[in-house]
Amino acid sequence: MIWDLHCHLSGVDGRTVDERIAQLMEIADRMGVDRLVFSMGWPWSQDPGPDDFRKQNDQVIQALSHWQHRAVGLAYLNPKHAEESLAELDRVVRDGPLVGVKLWVAERCSAESLDAIIRKAAGLKALIFQHTWYKTGGNYPGESTPDDLALLAKRHPDVPLICGHSGGNWERGIRAIRDCPNVYVETAGFDPTAGMVELAVRELGDERVLYGSDIGGRSFASQLAKVTGAEITEPARRRILGENLRNLLKPILTAKGMRL
Amino acid sequence: MIDVNVHLSRWPFRRLPLDDTAKLVQRLKSLGVTSAWAGSYDAILHREPSSVNARLAEDCTAHGDGLLEPVGSLHLGMPGWEEDLRRCREQHKMRIVRLYPNYHGYTLDAPAVGELLSRAIERKLVVQIVAKLEDERTQHPLVTVPPVELEPLKDWLTKRPLARVVLLNALGLVRGEALSKWAAAGQVWFETAMLEGVAGIGVALKHLPADRLLVGTHAPFFAPEAGPLKLKESDLGEALRRQIAEDNAVKVLDWS
Repeated sequence: MIWDLHCHLSGVDGRTVDERIAQLMEIADRMGVDRLVFSMGWPWSQDPGPDDFRKQNDQVIQALSHWQHRAVGLAYLNPKHAEESLAELDRVVRDGPLVGVKLWVAERCSAESLDAIIRKAAGLKALIFQHTWYKTGGNYPGESTPDDLALLAKRHPDVPLICGHSGGNWERGIRAIRDCPNVYVETAGFDPTAGMVELAVRELGDERVLYGSDIGGRSFASQLAKVTGAEITEPARRRILGENLRNLLKPILTAKGMRL
Repeated sequence: MIDVNVHLSRWPFRRLPLDDTAKLVQRLKSLGVTSAWAGSYDAILHREPSSVNARLAEDCTAHGDGLLEPVGSLHLGMPGWEEDLRRCREQHKMRIVRLYPNYHGYTLDAPAVGELLSRAIERKLVVQIVAKLEDERTQHPLVTVPPVELEPLKDWLTKRPLARVVLLNALGLVRGEALSKWAAAGQVWFETAMLEGVAGIGVALKHLPADRLLVGTHAPFFAPEAGPLKLKESDLGEALRRQIAEDNAVKVLDWS
């Protein structure tokens, strides 16, 4: 059972969202990926205004409309527009089909402007995914590091949070969130550097590691290889490839009556 | 499957799960690799390439189990690289040499590159050029190395049409229409290690002739499982899959 936490509709052939997701599902079938979690539409916007993130969320909702048995979606929000983000949570998660939140690079996640979003999302049992990187050469101004996420996690110790990309420079990223038991690392979106999954399992435990790909910019192949090639136990591999994510999504999928 | 992009010894910045030669060979075999073109990480920063090449040849013989094709490294900024080239061919019986221009501090318009290509043709040697080794965003902050500027190589390929050049870790730097221009420039091949994007091989083949694509894994720095998985991700069919996975690499080494 493979559940992919990190999928996009950009970087894929197809004029419409329906064409794109259909093509992605064919490829997912070849790779044995059962369930996909989508976020953001296109074109990408690093600092979207409310109209833009609503439009992108509508693209995701449209994509999911024929694939609800295999795919779920996260709401793209911008903490700089806190009130509109909270309203969007109501629109697409509370009253709509989406099951979580995607936060990218508009604002660093240590900012207090995130607190209301986190509290509301937690109340809805929504999955919360935060992009993080430590880029040699420097991050975007609003781009979070795992240090930022650790600060946020300590303010919300009972809310599960996902550390996207494990910070890219994963040796440092894993350390930064190690003492935040509510933070999970994901494997997506950096080169298939060997040893990442082994280190994450050793330092965090396999229950805090989640597989994701970051398609279409990345391949399923390179990202799956990190997990399938890792020197870990088979039960740990199963948890990372799907069981952990399924467990995280279980409360909201159950609450919404969606297929688990 | 023939893996044209492998290194032995130790990555300078991290111990890797497969940086023991025997263990790497065993893993590659388990993935269906029948031959792996192996250079040495020592060549990146060590100052004495001939010692690196001698150790590599010894390691391939002692632990290669018939799988490893040794690839000698040349530092074209060093005096006496011509003697290193001779030793690679005559002493170690190598058929491939590898360059790291960005780590060794020269550019591809250097006259030595043209000289090397001439000598490689005379000696029937394939030349591999490593375009990059690591994503710039994850490099050690004290050792940041930009990718190789590949464009000047086209001029040499035109002037040395018999030269055979394999670009390693270059897909990502070169994509789309540019691939067909490279294919037209001369005898140049790309490999899959840093090819990204969903069903990336299929996408690359829209512009790159299928006989110019090889499989590389960049193991052990990268998980070698990505190589066979990339072949699976694109809908290639068996004949095309076999051509990319094996037949092309056999032809690259066949000078008859």
